[in-house]
Amino acid sequence: MKPFTKLTAVAAPLPMANVDTDKIIPARFLKTIERSGLGVHLFDTLRYDAEGRERPDFVLNQPPYRHAQILIAHENFGCGSSREHAPWALLDFGIRCVIAPDFADIFHNNCFKNGILPVRLPRSVIDQLMADAKLGANSRITIDLEAQEVVRPSGERIHFDIDPFRKKLLLEGLDDIGQTLQHVAAIDAYEAKTQSERSFIPGIEVHP
Amino acid sequence: MAKTLFDKVWDAHVVEQLPDGTCVLYIDRHLVHEVTSPQAFEGLRMAGRRVRRPDATIAVVDHNVPTTDRQAGIKEADSRLQVETLERNVAAFGVPYIPLLDDRQGIVHIIGPEEGISLPGMTIVCGDSHTSTHGALGSLAFGIGTSEVEHVLATQTLLQKPAKNMNVAVEGSLPFGVSAKDIVLAIIGRIGTAGGTGHVVEYTGSAIRSLDMAGRMTVCNMSIEAGARAGMIAPDETTFEYVRGRPMGPKGEALERAIAWWRTLPSDPGASYDKQVRLDAATIAPMVTWGTSPEAVAPITGTVPDPKEVADEAKRAQMERMLEYMALRPGQRLTEVPVDVVFIGSCTNGRIEDIRAAAAVARGRKVAAGVRALVVPGSGLVKRQAEAEGLDRVLTEAGFEWREAGCSMCLGMNPDKLTAGQRCASTSNRNFEGRQGPGGRTHLLSPAMAAAAAVTGRLADVRELAR
Ligand code: SF4
Repeated sequence: MKPFTKLTAVAAPLPMANVDTDKIIPARFLKTIERSGLGVHLFDTLRYDAEGRERPDFVLNQPPYRHAQILIAHENFGCGSSREHAPWALLDFGIRCVIAPDFADIFHNNCFKNGILPVRLPRSVIDQLMADAKLGANSRITIDLEAQEVVRPSGERIHFDIDPFRKKLLLEGLDDIGQTLQHVAAIDAYEAKTQSERSFIPGIEVHP
Repeated sequence: MAKTLFDKVWDAHVVEQLPDGTCVLYIDRHLVHEVTSPQAFEGLRMAGRRVRRPDATIAVVDHNVPTTDRQAGIKEADSRLQVETLERNVAAFGVPYIPLLDDRQGIVHIIGPEEGISLPGMTIVCGDSHTSTHGALGSLAFGIGTSEVEHVLATQTLLQKPAKNMNVAVEGSLPFGVSAKDIVLAIIGRIGTAGGTGHVVEYTGSAIRSLDMAGRMTVCNMSIEAGARAGMIAPDETTFEYVRGRPMGPKGEALERAIAWWRTLPSDPGASYDKQVRLDAATIAPMVTWGTSPEAVAPITGTVPDPKEVADEAKRAQMERMLEYMALRPGQRLTEVPVDVVFIGSCTNGRIEDIRAAAAVARGRKVAAGVRALVVPGSGLVKRQAEAEGLDRVLTEAGFEWREAGCSMCLGMNPDKLTAGQRCASTSNRNFEGRQGPGGRTHLLSPAMAAAAAVTGRLADVRELAR
């Protein structure tokens, strides 16, 4: 996983609430066995018409935002399916940070596993950032994870909260599994204890 | 301190608590399907890791599979690749697997409870948001992403912080013609699609307790549509009766010891919740969605709402977009909306009880001219049971298509899809834009209501057909 430290980039304004993961990446693109290559299908139905042509009015098709690395959206971003293809598609497109008033739980979790920083900020602040983002190419926003600050083009600094554990993993680009395996002795002990206490639970076997 | 059902199941599975409150949470059951697992197995392989507990893991194919003749194999190359990849992975890592041509194959959330793999008091995960279904047994069951699938495969644990507790109490008895699906749609209509975010919802109240396990699963299934991490219902005699005799569950003396433990799980009297909602069952009518979010729902007796009456600008714009996509007019009566397709199935409503409810409405009637109606059982065993009861004949004589088990038109990853502009009455759980096929329009409703739509050719109040 690529570490996330500090990012200065163009932000794409997406003033929509309840952006679900079907919208981020429709189910028909989930038939892959790889993580990469989904960026071209990001927001597929919003981005392309039925003939596969780009819709010029969609934000990511407009010149200043074709290389946006930050996305700003409204409430309940990432609701719906648990597909990790949603953060993979965002990442493959180049998005490293999504800023919204709130996120659906599974999506929020999935972002961290892929080096994407989801930033929660109150709606009033989102409205300001949305206005900044609408100014286009010269209106860059900075995300400083160490300092936990979003820096507006005006220089104004806005603090955001983040779980300290998640922050550490992102800053260092650490993989969760490696972390957890440091606790393998505790897992062994738990298994031994519950396998005797809850010995009434059988293991799974599929007989023909 | 008085604990909730969630607190008890959570506490019983904490391996270790880290200084910042994150817990290493032990996972009892891990369900795996072909769409969200390939990259997880690939990750294991790349890191030289093995599956820690194959005996706590079960794999099945459901999302991509054809629901017509299967002997011929899978035609679409990309779907076939995902299925074959899963088959290679389960063989390489020694994971128990139910093959496509096995009678027990079906939607992962149908077969878990059906086989006795999912049991009360367990932690159950799957790379699929509707894992919340299994909470109906009194387990803590939730969807995870592919990185977490890999994490569970490798460590049999997850790193998690406890959720908050939410209680949704539905009291009273359900009126005639109103089912579990209507209850959960009414709940989502009330609290919204983010109403449960950060919470595990425990459903209580006499209306919930009166539901059979199938109905409880329908309710818990759609918890995720209210934004909740999981839904749970306390195990009781209905639960124990259901679990008894399940092929892969405990039997005999082991079952009795299990039940003794399960009896300790219901929330203690006086346990407190961070959030509480109450619904009166008597006020619930058969429900149907009119928009592209499950919260955009109304009683069938109602009309399409008018965006002009919404004060918030963003909400009004969203509603206008929904109505445009759905091709509905403000003020239009819902019973005047014609349908092209009817889909009965999915992990929400693909159980035998659901098929019985649909067949009861279809019996002696005919699918309306120009309507295509599909019934897709949730598993091969559901299909076999329905055939033993003669329900397949009732349905096919009425003009329904009778299919093999799978996710099918719930999400259109296999050939069962809507075409652009088609309108579908569906017993599934999501009405997002394009969910059932690009440009398709979805109305969510109960199996009885779906059958009523099939035979009338429009959204219809099933209570009028029954009279
Ligand atoms: S039936 Fe639909 S919601 Fe359920 S697992 Fe399959 S695709 Fe997901």
